[in-house]
Amino acid sequence: MALDQIIVLIAGLSLSTWVAWYFWVSEKKVVKVVTGSGGTQEAIIKVKGGYSPDVLEFETGKPIKLNFIREETAACSEEVVFSDFNKKATLTPFKTVSVELEIDKPGEYGFQCGMGMLKGKLIVR
Amino acid sequence: MAHETHKSNKPADTNEAPGKSKKSTAYDPVCGMKVKTPSEYYLELDGKVYEFCSEKCMHRFASEPQKYIKSDGANSAAYNSTNYGLQKLRLPIVDMHCSSCAITIEKEINKLPGIKSSNVNYVNETAYVDYDANKTNTEDIIEAIKKAGYKTGKSVLKLGIQGMHCGSCVSQIEKELGNTKGVLSASVDLGTESAIINYIPGQIDIAEIKRIIEKLGYKTYPAQGYKSVKTPSSRDKQEKEPVRKEIKEEIEEPADENQAAREKEYKTLMKKFIFAAVLALPVIFFSYPTVWGLPEQFQMGSPVLRYIWITMGLLALPVMFWSGSQFYTGAWAAFKNRSANMHTLIATGVSAAWLYSIVATFFPQIFPEAELADQFFDVIFVVIALVVLGMALEIRAKGKSSEAIKKLIGLQAKTARVIRHGKETDIPVEEVVLDDVIIVKPGEKIPVDGILIDGTSSIDESMITGEAIPVEKHKGDEVIGATINKTGSFKFKATKVGKDTALSQIIQMVEQAQSSKAPIQRVVDQVSGYFVPAVIIIAILSFVAWYLFGPVPQLIYALIVFVTVLVIACPCALGLATPISLMVGVGKGAENGILIRSGAALETAQKLNTIVLDKTGTITEGKPTLTDVITSNGFDEELVLSLSASVEKSSEHPLAEAIVKGAADKNLVLSDTQEFNAVPGHGVEAVVNDKKVLLGNLKMMQKFSIQLDNLEETSSKLADEGKTPMFIAIDGKSAGIVAVADVIKKDSIQAIEKLHKLGLEVVMITGDNKRTADAIARQVGIERVLAEVLPEDKAFNVQKLQNEGKKVAMVGDGINDAPALAQADIGMAIGTGTDVAIEASDITLIKGSLKSVALAIELSKATMKNIKQNLFGAFFYNGLGIPIAAGLLFPFFGILLSPIIAGAAMAFSSVTVVTNANRLRKFKPKF
Repeated sequence: MALDQIIVLIAGLSLSTWVAWYFWVSEKKVVKVVTGSGGTQEAIIKVKGGYSPDVLEFETGKPIKLNFIREETAACSEEVVFSDFNKKATLTPFKTVSVELEIDKPGEYGFQCGMGMLKGKLIVR
Repeated sequence: MAHETHKSNKPADTNEAPGKSKKSTAYDPVCGMKVKTPSEYYLELDGKVYEFCSEKCMHRFASEPQKYIKSDGANSAAYNSTNYGLQKLRLPIVDMHCSSCAITIEKEINKLPGIKSSNVNYVNETAYVDYDANKTNTEDIIEAIKKAGYKTGKSVLKLGIQGMHCGSCVSQIEKELGNTKGVLSASVDLGTESAIINYIPGQIDIAEIKRIIEKLGYKTYPAQGYKSVKTPSSRDKQEKEPVRKEIKEEIEEPADENQAAREKEYKTLMKKFIFAAVLALPVIFFSYPTVWGLPEQFQMGSPVLRYIWITMGLLALPVMFWSGSQFYTGAWAAFKNRSANMHTLIATGVSAAWLYSIVATFFPQIFPEAELADQFFDVIFVVIALVVLGMALEIRAKGKSSEAIKKLIGLQAKTARVIRHGKETDIPVEEVVLDDVIIVKPGEKIPVDGILIDGTSSIDESMITGEAIPVEKHKGDEVIGATINKTGSFKFKATKVGKDTALSQIIQMVEQAQSSKAPIQRVVDQVSGYFVPAVIIIAILSFVAWYLFGPVPQLIYALIVFVTVLVIACPCALGLATPISLMVGVGKGAENGILIRSGAALETAQKLNTIVLDKTGTITEGKPTLTDVITSNGFDEELVLSLSASVEKSSEHPLAEAIVKGAADKNLVLSDTQEFNAVPGHGVEAVVNDKKVLLGNLKMMQKFSIQLDNLEETSSKLADEGKTPMFIAIDGKSAGIVAVADVIKKDSIQAIEKLHKLGLEVVMITGDNKRTADAIARQVGIERVLAEVLPEDKAFNVQKLQNEGKKVAMVGDGINDAPALAQADIGMAIGTGTDVAIEASDITLIKGSLKSVALAIELSKATMKNIKQNLFGAFFYNGLGIPIAAGLLFPFFGILLSPIIAGAAMAFSSVTVVTNANRLRKFKPKF
């Protein structure tokens, strides 16, 4: 095996390993949402090619208000779907659209765009 | 309702507050006049002091205090300053069901800062709040009430205002409106020249608000429109000071705005596509000099071509970063979140091609062989152009998929002609409140749900129920909002407005179902989490494999394979497959009066094999009708019927009603009765027109020793047919039989035949006796009958069927059959009129017909088939496309895909999925 081949092989394998680690294994940053004075756990989620933050942590039983601000016109992110709660919101570009939930059962609940390309998660403890 | 019983609410100190506009005046609760306080005419009631202008008003109040307290309190709001600088606010609340609601609301309001006291009166549904205006405001209080789960009866108006120059204009308008009765709050924005006004419909209307603003010297024009805020989840808009109040509260955006955004996005994408496509043409031309047989100076290695490459490399930049900007921004955003999507794939593939080509253009010498120094600019242009085109087409196609719900939203009437203060006024439909009397003329749309109180008409309800034939409506009948009045003028009283109308509920249910997840989607969800990174890894490994084992030139092949794998993979098609079909299928159902609650319901519905039909109200009309009049001893039919009806007129038994209605339908005149006497368990006797009439069962006839001859035989024959016969005797002689029965709906037989044809076992369940049940079952062609089942045992019987290993659907009404509906795998509730959101049901059939059952099952089958086609297509495409792109076929057949073909395939795979889903729109009921 020539030197260049060995380099390509090692580089390819390590790159693959890194991809797997980065997307699948590494811990995502969890944003803990604090309860506001009114008792609502309110968060702002920016929507641009993805949700940021995309993993949010809440407490059980308290009302949750997610304010989505879609900062793009790309059709992908037009809808946000909370299929565990049969809820869906159409996000008007550059406007705040709120989704309100109240989750009584701890667990992880995903949310995603209309076709499941963009994903986020609510962790309820 | 009696005021005495609600002392605990003690609105004592506040009830007079609305009366006080300035410190020393109060309002007379009867005539509404201002009176000086303390007035010499006053009454103390329940600890409250009411003051009057005159003795007359005081007496009127004393005779019916509740009338005035209630009308004084409900639906109005007022502010007043107290001596202590506190604001007093009075706010109407709707939907309070019990006195404990009041406590909940008070608790929530008291959480706010600066609340001096809060009292919620359950009787007049009003909240009285004293608060410090420096610490809190009306909006917060309304918000608190919403948080407690109740609604304030208010609407939001957005109005454009012209002619404002400065901040003082703003405060002038705000102040003036703020002091207006019925206006809760007004915020005026100079920047957008508009005002957002929260007001109470019924208390003040839009025209009045406009007049107030115009009186101040400004012009008003409509902006956006008005929206009524009725649900706790919807928010009122606060656009004033957007910087300070960053989290703007929103009312639901009008659908148009989203539509406009979509349209704009489509146009932008098309521009991006055209830009990339136009540039792609010369790029392709110069990329394949040998193919076109170009002269020597354009061939590989020539200096001219070199300059052309440089130009192409530079031109690729605007294509990548403008035409393909969404790929880069999308990929980057996803990357930051440690996720990857379609954008990641395209951006990586295109960037790799560009980098390689740039190196080949500027540093050809670093390649060991000259032929390696080739460029792939054409891939960049073509792939971006195609994928962008695909995205644009997808927007168009998706627009069609959601047409059903858009149509539903579009059905809503815009205005209503309401009688207010004795005058007919056209008002926006959002301002219609409960109990408003609304006039509808022929050809007009009925604005909200209600009960017809005057006039008759035939109404086209096809848009809600899917029933093509117009329905005759008389006084007392329910009318549904958004349906169209065909022939007569009529008046009706609003019983459901805003979010509670049938149409709003239908829209809500459809939206919910469309955002639910079909169980089949779970597979996709599991795959899609791994899909994109897996594709990237496959691409890298393919590159390595080709570099190590591929033919010469390896680097070129490796790169082509790398780019092709990235470009061909289409996670979109996978992600879209289920939701898009679900959206079309559920929407199609709604068009036909079938409301499917969730994706799970749809999926289960196609697996059903047994349908249990409740008899009364489902197979039959649910109310008895006169079916037979048989005469004997030479009496004539009209006489027999008119005498029977005359006797039964004073009875309230449902069978009696059927006879009376039967006579009315034949335009028979009924006479007055004397000596009416009901014989319990037997029947009734009375004297009509000097004739002694007996009406009742066999026992009744035997009791009065009436000779029945062959009537007894006829009677038992009628009973065998499931009818209820009653004998009639006139002046001691038998005169005949009148029979009533709960008749079978006209399309039940056909529908049951259709269910049989679909291979379903049909079972009838009823509380009726076996004889009647069998009679009905015979007529409609049902073999299995569960008769004499008590209502509470219906669920148990459904369970028994399930224990036989059957997937059971129960069809019945939403009230009596609720437990059985819940027990069944699929509960189908036959809706009546405006009662749409039936909790226990998985599927609600708005149209009373059994045909909807068959249709619902057919539709769910068609939808599931469509979903499976989509999923198969998407999995098949990716499962086949990726290995081929990686070059799996090359060692055997020498086939290797070009990245350009891959780009085309990818672009159209998701369009294909959407197009396939749209085929469902053509689904037609087959009978």
